[in-house]
Amino acid sequence: MDFQQLINGISLGSVYALIALGYTMVYGIIRLINFAHGEVYMLGAFIGFYAITGLGLSFFPALIIAMAVCALLGVSIERLAYKPLRNAPRVAALMTAVGLSLLFQNVTIYFLGAKPKSFPRSNVITWDFMNVSIRSNQVLILGTALVLMVLLRFIVQKTKMGKAMRAVSFDRDAAMLMGINVDNTISFTFAIGSALAAAGGVLVGQYYGMIQPFMGMLPGLKAFVAAVLGGIGSIPGAMIGGMILGVAEAGVSAIRGGQFSTYRDAVSFAILIIILIVKPTGILGKNVREKV
Amino acid sequence: MKKLYVTIGVVLFGIFIQILIWNNIINPYYGIVLTTMAMFVILSTSLNLINGVTGQFSLGHAGFVAIGAYFSAIVTTRMSLPFPTFVIFIIALLVGGIAAAIAGFLIGLPTLRLKGDYLAIATLGFGEIIRVLFLNWEYVGSASGMWGIPKYVNFLWAYVLAIIIVLIIVNFINSSHGRACISIREDEIAAETMGVNITKYKVMAFTFGAFFAGIAGGIYAHLIQILHPQNFTFMLSVQILLMVVLGGLGSMSGSIAAAILLTLIAEVLRGFAELQMIIYSLMLIGLMLFRPQGLFGRKEISLNNLFSKNSGSISFGSPKK
Repeated sequence: MDFQQLINGISLGSVYALIALGYTMVYGIIRLINFAHGEVYMLGAFIGFYAITGLGLSFFPALIIAMAVCALLGVSIERLAYKPLRNAPRVAALMTAVGLSLLFQNVTIYFLGAKPKSFPRSNVITWDFMNVSIRSNQVLILGTALVLMVLLRFIVQKTKMGKAMRAVSFDRDAAMLMGINVDNTISFTFAIGSALAAAGGVLVGQYYGMIQPFMGMLPGLKAFVAAVLGGIGSIPGAMIGGMILGVAEAGVSAIRGGQFSTYRDAVSFAILIIILIVKPTGILGKNVREKV
Repeated sequence: MKKLYVTIGVVLFGIFIQILIWNNIINPYYGIVLTTMAMFVILSTSLNLINGVTGQFSLGHAGFVAIGAYFSAIVTTRMSLPFPTFVIFIIALLVGGIAAAIAGFLIGLPTLRLKGDYLAIATLGFGEIIRVLFLNWEYVGSASGMWGIPKYVNFLWAYVLAIIIVLIIVNFINSSHGRACISIREDEIAAETMGVNITKYKVMAFTFGAFFAGIAGGIYAHLIQILHPQNFTFMLSVQILLMVVLGGLGSMSGSIAAAILLTLIAEVLRGFAELQMIIYSLMLIGLMLFRPQGLFGRKEISLNNLFSKNSGSISFGSPKK
């Protein structure tokens, strides 16, 4: 694998990381694999698309609009679908998440059609350093992702809401007793996670120049893999997991001129299984001892 | 004795339906729908054995179905065995089932150390890996799919197989092995303390479930006649899991009812064309919100507790939770 693939992998990986952050935060706080998260990412891409083509906005305002709308969407998903099931069997919440994912996919197909749409992209400039070419949209993806991750780190570590999030994910009942509004904290977590996924969607849209209603399915699953890989519930873990996955996929696609590129999807899952068997808590996950 | 009469009655009912299909009184299309229903009964009860009875959350059932479908199709299309068709078909089903069971065993051994969501996501991963492997296996047509599979399955085949498999599963649950599986679901640590070999029973349930899923895959292959890796995605696993959850985790009669109901609903919704999936997903969300424990919960509906109040029901596990 050469340096070029590393760069391609890191740009792809930073998107996985953005989606994985939402997964990991939601899982950390209510122990739910939010399968609808991949669809939030897809919807984010579509909102960005319409903000650029319909409203004639430039890239960054469109990104912010997509993030804001998806944050609202995330909160409403949580309030309407997950909150009533908080004390139900976990599998019921999981099936609801799958149902939501199907619903968003099919509503999008119904209203916007199943055909891929070409995402408007600004001019791509390519820089060459010693046989390695870096494109401006890769820099954009990586830069935006880094800024958002730093922002997230700040929110979680330094603000009052972030402290509440950490408290709720550590022990919900104790947090409630300390006067933390658990419902609002969970909603806030969904808002942030969904906004990050939307950002990922818009970034991917301008990176590949193509969006379609099914785009959320596989990246959603892989982002979850990334979250598990890094240690679920751990925010730096999600970033590391996303990067590893992106680089591994780019690497496999590059072996012998793309001969094995069809195995790309299998590789991320294979990595996942190996990690789960060797270290079930993920790379940065905490070991929780089981009490009898 | 009563059980024997009931079984004979149920089989005769199947033969009756098949005669109606042969005589075009039931239109052949509905014949296919009924066959699909029987196939989903096998799939949902076999997944219920893993998810509901043993409590191991598996999201990779589609992978086992794919293995069963492809391997049974290899027997019927790529080999020319000197037997009458029905013998070939039985061999094909068994080969499919055994191949899936071997896969289940190999997957089960390492992954069943994992718990809950981790297990779910690992099995999901395995399901996807199996699909990608078939996508790249040229012998079975890789991405263009496997064509020209003979149509050996009719309603009666699927129906009788479904009955046999449901009987096997129910008897398994009521055996000491089944009780051990239930004890693992209820409390793993307590079960281990009582001397239940947890790994053994988990792998056993997983292997059995995979075997029956493989047989259902064989039915699928010889019903639809074309196999494509795209038919065995994560969504198929979800569809089967939905039947299990909707019927009630651990309730076999619930799984059967949900399999029949959901196949019917899918057929009815076909008329709505584009709205089909939207209605389906809304219904799924609604059902989960209003009845999260499934239609039957953990209860069983059986002839015993329908007709006589005194004879014990075959329900298992504690009604609490």
